[in-house]
Parts: sequence; structure tokens; C-alpha cells
Amino acid sequence: MAARQALQVHLDLLSQPCRALHILLACTRLPHTVRHVALRRGEHRTPEFTEINPMQKVPVMVDNGFILTESDAIIKYLVNKYDVPDHWYPRQPERRARVDEYTAWHHTHTRPRAAKVFLLEVLLPAQTGSPVEEQCLMGALSQLQETLDQLESMFLRRQPFLCGDDITVADLLAVCELMQPEGGGRDVLQDRPLLQRWKSRVRAAVGDAFDQAHAVLYALRDRRRAKL
Amino acid sequence: MAVELYLDLLSQPCRSVLIFAKKNNIPHEVRNISLMDGEQYGDHFGKISLIRKVPALRDGDFTLTESPAILLYLAQKFQTPEHWYPADLQQRARIDEYLSWQHCAIRLHGSKVFWLKLMIPEVLHVEVPKEKMEAAVEELSGSLKLLEEKFLQDRPFIAGGHISLADLVAIVEVMQPVAAGLDVFEGRPKLNAWRDRVQAAIGKELFDEVHQNILGSQERVKVMDGSKLEFSKAKILNFFM
Repeated sequence: MAARQALQVHLDLLSQPCRALHILLACTRLPHTVRHVALRRGEHRTPEFTEINPMQKVPVMVDNGFILTESDAIIKYLVNKYDVPDHWYPRQPERRARVDEYTAWHHTHTRPRAAKVFLLEVLLPAQTGSPVEEQCLMGALSQLQETLDQLESMFLRRQPFLCGDDITVADLLAVCELMQPEGGGRDVLQDRPLLQRWKSRVRAAVGDAFDQAHAVLYALRDRRRAKL
Repeated sequence: MAVELYLDLLSQPCRSVLIFAKKNNIPHEVRNISLMDGEQYGDHFGKISLIRKVPALRDGDFTLTESPAILLYLAQKFQTPEHWYPADLQQRARIDEYLSWQHCAIRLHGSKVFWLKLMIPEVLHVEVPKEKMEAAVEELSGSLKLLEEKFLQDRPFIAGGHISLADLVAIVEVMQPVAAGLDVFEGRPKLNAWRDRVQAAIGKELFDEVHQNILGSQERVKVMDGSKLEFSKAKILNFFM
């Protein structure tokens, strides 16, 4: 039997979609190797990495030479290919459609709006040395509130998880985005009991994998707190 | 039983859904939702979908939004020809990869050019600074370059030898800035050739029929009542400018 190259994923756990993928891999116990790509050190812009992904982004998956980018495509590929519990990305068409609906909506709502808060509060000041642009941040927080309202009223209305009665890949993608502002010490769910209960259910469903994936983010938060 | 499709053909994803339904002879009824008249905020549409976006599908008690989800659902339910979303996992992944990437790339950049070049100055009567327009065109160029170099490469279509959902979703977005008067195909022979192949695979008549409205935009804005968009003016300016 020819030796099979293991599944490889190129990740930086500071990246929200990388964490979602990491949690899925941990929960499903798919054998894989992780190649760390330090975004802060510009490792995504090296010639070696650019050859793997010309878009210079993470996560990237390499499965026996097959290279794939985009976290939702990677996650769906892995779930389709390997024998994992059906609830992650159900085969039943209407249940699957609900997940496809959320993962599409996620790109233009949850992801950009939560990421912007982190960008304004943590990344930009760190990169430029300038203070936080308060007015922009207020605007971003206000937009995020709209998204949180929509998550509660459109996706969590009368159901425990975003796409139904059980956890799916949609919940992983969403929770990792909503965790990102914690890197700046901000809990965006602090006044949102419905979303907090959802987050607790997600944490319970994925177990230790949650904190393990978020260790880098917690460390960033703790370093910043220590400086104050 | 026919599915109901809630559409406004000025919207790119509505066009991909209608083309798919017609091309595959999927029994459907179109319910027009006029975005310019704010019909997506009406009570009736709210009963169809809380998400209040078009396109939306209703199939009995089941309602769905987001064009990638709708297209995948229709492909599976009506057992459309395999090339639209092949069983081969790698080809399928290539399509999913494109459908994911395009939200914040071609879709965003093409929409931005459409609004900055046409709708904002001509309908909202707000001047668009030259640098903003140039930056938007530059961003779109970047996305079109990635479409050609990463998603197409030397393949006739995104997933390989045949048209798939990825090409369908791509072409309707690429047409949006064209409708504003920006010829994205000029100087891009690869993109041009791909467009010809996609049009041929869809059928020129169907392609033209579905794009008729949007391609009449430059004429329509001359007689359009700008006050219709007042209610979302702030939101539009905030988003695109």
C-alpha cells in the first residue's frame, strides 16, 4: 500500500475561520498535520506560501496534493469526504440548505462586522501605533448590534442552534467570529442572554476544542490587559 | 408543484437563480419584488422570509434565501444535469470555493462599481470623488484578475470542462459593472472568451432575456424617480462611500 500524505492544514489561530476549521478537525478526530502560518510575521506573504495560495490567506487545506482555500469550502469538503457525524453538514436537503444559507449570509454579515471591531480596536492601533478611532469604532459596534439582532431574530428564533436542533458547521464559523473582539478584551455578547446561551451550547458540544482553539486569542487579550 | 421564486432582476443573484430555473425547466412561478420600491420590507415578504433578501425561494412550507443555497437546493431537488454541481468531491470543492470567495470579492467590487458609477451620482445625485471611483475600479480589476488566474487558469470553466453553478454565479456579477457602462471585457481576452462560453452554455436568448432589465440601467436612471431611494440613501452611502 502506497504511503498516503496526511491531510495538511495551514493555519493561524488568530484567524477566525482557521479556528472554526481547527475545532471541526478536533471534534471529528480527522488525522491531519497543522502548518502554522504566522500572519503577524507576514508568513502568508512568503513566496513558498504564495505558491500554495496566491490569495495569501489562511486557512488552506492540502489533501493528498489537492489544494483548497476558503474555510466553508474546506469544511464542507472534509465533511463530505470523510466519515463524520451527519449533524455537522446534514445530507437531508432542507437541513443542508439551512447551513448553506447561513454560511453565505455569514460572509456579508457576521464575519465583516465582528472582524471590523477587532480591526479597529486591536489590529490597526497595533500596526500604526495610533490610538483607536473612537467614532469609527462606535459605528462598527452599532453595525455589529444589527447583526446580533439578526442572529437572534432570524437564526436562533425557536431553535437552539443557528440551523436547527443540532450544532452544524455554521455555529462554528459564527462563534469564532463573535469571539474575535475578545482579543481586545471585549465580550460582544455580554448583554445578549440568548446569544450567550447559544454560545454555551456550542462550547458544550465541542468540549475542550473550544478553549484550545482560542488559546492564542486569550493570550493576546491577557497580554493587553497586563499592559494596562 | 412549482416553486415560488421571489426576484428582482436588477439583483445579480436573482438572475443566476432565474437562469438556472429556466435552463433546467424547473417548474417555478416568479413573484416580483421591487427593491427600488422597498418591497422587501413589506409585510407580505416578511412572511416569506425574515431575512428579507432576494432571491428567496418558497417550496411548500420551506423558504430559503441566499443564491448559493437556493441553487444547490434546486440542483439537488430537481436532479439537474451533473455538471452544475458534480458528484466528484474535488470539482464540487472548487465550486464551493468560488461560491465562498465571491461574496467579498467580485460581488462586492462589481456592486460597488455599479453604485458609484451610476446609481449614486445619477439617482441619489451625490457626487462620487474621482479617487473613490478609481479605487473601486482597481479593486474590481484585482478580483477579475483572480477570477482569471486562480479560478479559471487554463480551464474552459471554473470547475473544469463544463459550466457549473460557479460560472453562473460569476457571470451575473461580472455583468453588473457592465450595466453601469464599464466594459470589463475590454483588454481581457481570457475573460471575454469565458463569457462567450458561459453565454453559449446558458443559451444567448435566455442570457439576454434575464439581463435585459439591468442592461437598460443607464437609460432608466435618466427617467427614474430618485426619491424612491431616499429611505435607504444613508445606508447606501455609508456602505459604498
